[in-house]
Amino acid sequence: MGVGHAHTLYVHEHSLIHRMASEVKILAVVLFVMAVAITPREALWAFAVFGIGVVALVMVARVPIPFVFVRLAAIVPFVLFAVVLPFIGTGETTEFAGLSLSVDGLWAMWNILAKASLGATASIVLAATTEVPDILKGLSRLRVPAVLTSIASFMIRYLEVVAGELGRMRTAMTARGYDPRWIGQAKPIAASAGALFIRSYERGERVYDAMLARGYTGTMPALDAAKATGRQWLLALVFPGASLLLAISALVTA
Amino acid sequence: MHAPDGFLNVGTAIATGAVSAGTIGASLRQAKHTLKDKQVPLAGIAAAFIFAAQMFNFPVVAGTTGHLLGGALAAILLGPRIGAIVVGIVVVVQAIVFADGGLTALGYNVLNMAIIPAFGGYALFVLSRKIFPANSAGVVAATSLAAGLSVVLSAAAFSIEWLFGATAPVPFDTVFGAMVGIHLLIGIGEGIISGMAIGAVMASRPDLVYGASDISFEKDRRQESIPFRSFLIGGFLAALVLAVVVSQFAVGDPDGLESVANQTGIAGSGTESSFSDSLFADYATAGIGNETVSLAVAGTLGVIITLAVGYGIFKAMAGPPKKRKEVAQSWE
Repeated sequence: MGVGHAHTLYVHEHSLIHRMASEVKILAVVLFVMAVAITPREALWAFAVFGIGVVALVMVARVPIPFVFVRLAAIVPFVLFAVVLPFIGTGETTEFAGLSLSVDGLWAMWNILAKASLGATASIVLAATTEVPDILKGLSRLRVPAVLTSIASFMIRYLEVVAGELGRMRTAMTARGYDPRWIGQAKPIAASAGALFIRSYERGERVYDAMLARGYTGTMPALDAAKATGRQWLLALVFPGASLLLAISALVTA
Repeated sequence: MHAPDGFLNVGTAIATGAVSAGTIGASLRQAKHTLKDKQVPLAGIAAAFIFAAQMFNFPVVAGTTGHLLGGALAAILLGPRIGAIVVGIVVVVQAIVFADGGLTALGYNVLNMAIIPAFGGYALFVLSRKIFPANSAGVVAATSLAAGLSVVLSAAAFSIEWLFGATAPVPFDTVFGAMVGIHLLIGIGEGIISGMAIGAVMASRPDLVYGASDISFEKDRRQESIPFRSFLIGGFLAALVLAVVVSQFAVGDPDGLESVANQTGIAGSGTESSFSDSLFADYATAGIGNETVSLAVAGTLGVIITLAVGYGIFKAMAGPPKKRKEVAQSWE
């Protein structure tokens, strides 16, 4: 059981950003990503500033660069879509290396690539520097309803248990000669999905009974985590605040 | 379908964000009694199940695989409200904890992957239950149909959002064709696996399937009447989404003007609107070849999706089919 250990995205380090209270980091990332999203695609200088800022953030957080690139794989399908755009885009075209490319398509490709990679990198830094219980505490301090954060915390706590169960079922199936290659073999997959649901649900019932036995009254006891200091807020919000100002000025002057 | 930041424009992100937050909030209020304290661990573990179920890869066509999306499956197992909440939490956690999908894209990601499959899928399930016999085989068949179509519904919804919030000069018809085409194939796998999974659950714990709570017990005694207030709220939500769709027709006109301006060189001075890329800018002209047709298709689809989702919300408020007491107990 991997419970209590860090999740896959966490990088164990002792940086300034690791020590920061989670609610500060969450808010900072959300503000920064919003700034990136509203910046017009023509404001190249603004994206340059964002890019330098994000790279600096990765350095300060001591997240290994290769790690960031591996994790950026999540946006690959959309990168592929973006790369096709100059070729299928309509409107005015330009010549480059003997290819006729759509100008609007090129801008669209740039827009998607820049915003997606900046946003994903900022999210990766958040996930790499904050352990899951801290993220949940941060979210509840940011007034996310307790029902949602407690469902999420149970989900994360039992994710590895359920996934482990799934892995064991897979191993058992493989050991019996099962090799899923074609849709005709959907039945064993579906049967294991059904079995997994029943096992998960029954585990949930047992967990609930066990919690009742330990005096659960409907709310989880608040665990104390270091609250954000004024200085932390100030420090964390400098970059996203500057980014927002930059984005707004780019919007106005564009 | 975990779209990254900036994939759709800001206006669409805000609009879908408002719709998603509103729907999840309403579902939370509606499910307050079932989620108050007791069922939180169960809902959490169900969320972990959906997360794990998304790891089920199945072959689509030679070489490509799809994975279970699980929105309709969750709605049929847990009911549309808790299903939407649970899958919504999965999508949000994937964005925050696993950096999968953009934070500013959460509005449309939650809408497309949680709310539309859960409510739309549940509506399709309720409708298809009427075609098939009222036994477990009928439930399995209805689940397959609804789960398969719910994936297509999500793909269509994404295409419509693209029409309003495109950030690239790709016409609606192209996006719609590609999205719906691929998701028809994925939908077949999703449908077969969801149906069989429900079949497997029904075989040993039929009491856990929310959508089948009317069968396998004795026949129902009385028809629950739907409260007028629920009808009003459902109708208001449907009207709201409709208004958003219809308003697009109205804004369609200036684009005609704009295209004339482009032709005659009025717009040749080249100064891009200072709000380009922001609220309602340029979206309808983003490379749509035949605007009227695209808008008509989008409008019609929008109405269908709205009706389907509205019907799902409406049905959700009316509670599980018939024997709601027993199921309600299993959740209380």
